[in-house]
Amino acid sequence: MSEPMLKVSGVHTFYGAIEALKGIDIEINAGEIVSLIGANGAGKSTLLMTLCGSPRARQGRVHFEGEDITDLPTHEIVRRGIAQSPEGRRIFPRMSVLENLQMGSIVAQPGSFDRELERVLTLFPRLKERIAQRAGTMSGGEQQMLAIGRALMSQPRLLLLDEPSLGLAPLIVKQIFSVIKEINREQKMTVFMVEQNAFHALKLAHRGYVMVNGKITMTGSGAALLADPEVRAAYLEGGH
Amino acid sequence: MEYFLQQLINGLSLGAIYGLIAIGYTMVYGIIGMINFAHGEIYMIGSFVALITFLALGALGITWVPLALVVMLAASMLFTSVYGWTVERIAYRPLRNSPRLAPLISAIGMSIFLQNYMQILQGARSKPLQPILPGNLTILDGAVSVSYVRLATIVLTLALMIGFTILINKTSLGRAQRACEQDKKMAGLLGVNVDRIISLTFVMGAALAAVAGMMVLLIYGVIDFYIGFLAGVKSFTAAVLGGVGSLPGAMLGGVVIGLIESFWSGYVGSEWKDVATFTLLVLVLIFRPTGLLGRPEIEKV
Repeated sequence: MSEPMLKVSGVHTFYGAIEALKGIDIEINAGEIVSLIGANGAGKSTLLMTLCGSPRARQGRVHFEGEDITDLPTHEIVRRGIAQSPEGRRIFPRMSVLENLQMGSIVAQPGSFDRELERVLTLFPRLKERIAQRAGTMSGGEQQMLAIGRALMSQPRLLLLDEPSLGLAPLIVKQIFSVIKEINREQKMTVFMVEQNAFHALKLAHRGYVMVNGKITMTGSGAALLADPEVRAAYLEGGH
Repeated sequence: MEYFLQQLINGLSLGAIYGLIAIGYTMVYGIIGMINFAHGEIYMIGSFVALITFLALGALGITWVPLALVVMLAASMLFTSVYGWTVERIAYRPLRNSPRLAPLISAIGMSIFLQNYMQILQGARSKPLQPILPGNLTILDGAVSVSYVRLATIVLTLALMIGFTILINKTSLGRAQRACEQDKKMAGLLGVNVDRIISLTFVMGAALAAVAGMMVLLIYGVIDFYIGFLAGVKSFTAAVLGGVGSLPGAMLGGVVIGLIESFWSGYVGSEWKDVATFTLLVLVLIFRPTGLLGRPEIEKV
């Protein structure tokens, strides 16, 4: 098998003295959807941010398409073809929807803006209706669509999604997951997704990882993890 | 009526100058949340560069006024930008992730340093300049006279404001700047080189302050190494009055302060004009802490 698209080896990340990631090894192959599940505070979002160099890994390496990106500045990492829809969505509240999407296309190929805008607005027709509205005044679900749409605008080869279903109505959750599936299939975009909604995330994913307290404890195909009694007990049946 | 108009025009030109400096305060605060107390000194340096350029041009035999003015303006904006960039680079960037107090102290240190630097370099005596743009425009049968310099100040400021508003609201650079203002981390995640945008913000603020410095030199014909202090404090007041972080607010605050000073001097007496200005600042801070055009911190998250 060829080199994985993203290779995370032995990554440790700290917030001050607190060790949030305790030696993470993950591989993601081109064309895959990979889901990372785990409880609140396990370090899932920290991992996504560490991939983008903010915060930086204190130990270990991150390789993207064969290149060591561990020590690159954030804006250089995303220039390599990685986009993130981060925890808390982080849309620009005092900008219009259109301006938010324009921000998303900074590292895109020149001239691709109109085509990508069209594509994003087709995926999320709701954004089309709100195109001139100030993003901060939209509902949570609309903001989530905007955050994902903004990440898509740069046509990344690797899309990082942090809790795309958080706080959304079941119908919209379904819609968002079908969009993820569609962009993976149609545009061959590789997706690495962090989710608390383990059922949907594993069902959609080719492979999955389980994270507990800053460590990867389990990995396997989405279907295998879904069937695993431990995963079922911890993330699917219990606690809900 | 004539007297009123006269004061109004004086106030507007003075306000334009405060406004130009205030924009530097407000932009820097907007993007890195600190008050750049060295900004008044940047304006003072702009003034000196304009004077030195004029004298140098004279020495070279270039005395055609329009050319001299353009070269002065360009040189002043250019050199002052370099100072603005350098100040950020040495005094603020290394403290980017320190507690908020650290860059503030660093800024005050920078301000004292630049004052003394100019004093040593150019001497402590005030520097005169003969009127380059003499003459007045008289209106209402000569009852009101507006010097060309003041008129030029108002017109130039207006043009700069329009250009600047377009830059911030319509260009991708302005968009990146507003994005950094709202969420630097996210802007970085989208590929914005945040450090570069911050540098550019300092450069733009410095260039505008340089214009103010040159216009003050032309209007009053005398400068010294200490002019940056009071002008800086007043322009900072203008920024707070208008709402720190708001560009139109900075401009409005500048004009309000210019008008208050001018009318207070004209009708009450010039001794207490600073008291009037700063009383207003206190009142605004008590009754409208976000300033005239500042936005209240209510946002759906």
